[in-house]
Amino acid sequence: MDRIKTEELTGAQIVVRCLQAEGVEVVFGYPGGAVLWIYDELFKQDKVRHVLVRHEQGAAHAADGYSRSSNKVGVCLVTSGPGLTNAVTGIATAYMDSIPMIVISGQVPTHAIGEDAFQECDSVGITRPCVKHNFLVRDVKDLAMTMKKAFHIATTGRPGPVLVDIPKDVTIHTCEFQYPDTVSMRSYNPVKKGHAGQIRKAVQLLLEAERPMVYTGGGVVLSNASQQLTELVRLLGFPCTNTLMGLGAYPGTDRQFLGMPGMHGTYQTNMAMQHCDVLLAIGARFDDRVIGNPAHFAQNPRKIIHIDIDPSSISKRVKVDVPIVGNIPDVLDVFAKLLKQARPRDIKAWWKQIEEWRSKDCLKYDRHSKIIKPQFVLEKLYEVTGGEAFVTSDVGQHQMWAAQFYKFEQPRRWINSGGLGTMGFGLPAAMGVQMANPGATVACVTGESSIQMCLQELSTCKQYRLPIKIINLNNKYMGMVRQWQQFFHGNRYSESYMDALPDFVKLAEGYGHSGMLIEKPSDVEPALRETFKRKKDLVFLDFLTDQTENVYPMIPGGKGITEMILSEDL
Amino acid sequence: MRHIISILVENEAGALSRISNMFSARGYNIESLTVAPTEDASMSRMTVVTAGSDEVIEKITKQLNKLVEVVKVVDLSEAEHIERELMLIKVRAGAKEREDVKRMADIFRGRVIDVSDSTYTIELTGDGAKLDAFIQALDQSAILETVRTGASGIGRGNRILRV
Repeated sequence: MDRIKTEELTGAQIVVRCLQAEGVEVVFGYPGGAVLWIYDELFKQDKVRHVLVRHEQGAAHAADGYSRSSNKVGVCLVTSGPGLTNAVTGIATAYMDSIPMIVISGQVPTHAIGEDAFQECDSVGITRPCVKHNFLVRDVKDLAMTMKKAFHIATTGRPGPVLVDIPKDVTIHTCEFQYPDTVSMRSYNPVKKGHAGQIRKAVQLLLEAERPMVYTGGGVVLSNASQQLTELVRLLGFPCTNTLMGLGAYPGTDRQFLGMPGMHGTYQTNMAMQHCDVLLAIGARFDDRVIGNPAHFAQNPRKIIHIDIDPSSISKRVKVDVPIVGNIPDVLDVFAKLLKQARPRDIKAWWKQIEEWRSKDCLKYDRHSKIIKPQFVLEKLYEVTGGEAFVTSDVGQHQMWAAQFYKFEQPRRWINSGGLGTMGFGLPAAMGVQMANPGATVACVTGESSIQMCLQELSTCKQYRLPIKIINLNNKYMGMVRQWQQFFHGNRYSESYMDALPDFVKLAEGYGHSGMLIEKPSDVEPALRETFKRKKDLVFLDFLTDQTENVYPMIPGGKGITEMILSEDL
Repeated sequence: MRHIISILVENEAGALSRISNMFSARGYNIESLTVAPTEDASMSRMTVVTAGSDEVIEKITKQLNKLVEVVKVVDLSEAEHIERELMLIKVRAGAKEREDVKRMADIFRGRVIDVSDSTYTIELTGDGAKLDAFIQALDQSAILETVRTGASGIGRGNRILRV
């Protein structure tokens, strides 16, 4: 028998070797007692680069942004107890949006577990509901296989974050190391190929459709099926929408693209979603912010085809007629083959109807305002960056305006917390994006409330020279909260106004960056132009915007998708 | 409607709480849950009794299948199956009551497995309805303690759940 060459390594060495074997280039983290030995090993090598954040939430969001923008696995490393609990918001954010991510957390030594040791928490228990899977490694002999499984689970099927919790003594103990080439788990075998019969049925429905609509979500981006989707939609000549998580999967400037659907989606998209006779849903999950009230949605008869890798996403909120479980690019390849020999019906009448809806120009806003309109800033951002930037966002009105006004031509350019809606996501996510795409233009669209939730990361940006451009739409309100209070709570602006905001320009300067305050519409474009010329610097642009501006259209919570509130300007 | 779901799951720390967590996090009901290792010690078999519409049961089985440690899920109530539950019940059995209690246990095919001068402990297996009926048949004030395992289920005939 050939002896396979193995080496005797410590747990900490094994962790680092596993990361190297998986091709991990960057780890975002923060050291502490339980992970000291792992940090010691990171120090001794130069293949895996470590980015020191200022708060563990930032590490998780950065790893997440790294993953979203690059299709590589994001990795973050935190210590036990508060290190892990600080990261939980970031882990839950990644989980809701199905982002492949590995979280390595330190744990107190195995003999101390359960004794309320210093910086002990039940990390596996705390994260269980917000990870795809998690492991506590009690024996160094299991470490390499656990790491292999973690990467396998995070990246296959419907992706998601996986946590590996490693007690300190396990990082010290030694064993023979060999990184496994393959992993097989009898309990985990995600489906890849779609059911051929179901696909034929779906194709038949598409060919017979008089009022078809293609609705795609984050799954198309995550599975890298953008090209197949674009070819399919063009071949069929059907109208198409991408959800907040799916923007960029189909080119945003194309005529067949109707804009985003849902609570702040376009009028034409929401009308088409409701009135279509065949809806092709791909990697999307009919969530409450997209189709509103499911009972209202069900009022119009239509056949629904749903392609998704996760069976539990199918018929969860809306009953589906033709479910297809499988990997989207593989399924779409079969669609393309079958459709080559066929011709869809003439849908001119449907397009005429859609154009009529589109002519309502539902995103119209006052272009002659003397106060800066937030929409105007985003239009200019789009122009100045030539539509080529990576745009991260926080959560609120600015996020919706960015999604409406920045036309994404490519997938993985729009990075936002869609599912969990995590304020504070934008800046650390932008760090991850910039690390994954050095030299690329990265803009973080945020608001004065969101940016303050992970503001400390400005310091990380300085340390690693990350030239992120921060577009702060400052209306001194938690804008989305204010908007709901205006519409549904009788203008009682309970706690949504922030008095005593910092001087953001000085603040940026305090962290070693530069900033600009922009108060007039005429200064918007020049400020942006100047900023994006500065390739090496982080610039904080503080735009004082209209405090009363609302995001339109809007579907009130619990209402149907066509029950939209439109702008007063319409 | 009442459903009885069988789950084969890796016998690993935390697997049980992953499953019970899923039920509580998504608002599904658990009437009873039993779990123990199978003939293959690396795997446990769990029986969950739950209630819900067909749509809800479908969602439950999908969510169970999604859990990484779950190997197989079967809704036993979809076809012929057998279920059994074990109850241990301690009743007051002084000189006066002894005979009546013993007779009742015999009728239900229960066995007296522990005796003291004032109590009987009776072991009874059957489906839940039978155990309920036995409890009803006893003098309520004589019942000192009951413990029930919750249902375990298995398919009839050639219907087999294994890897």
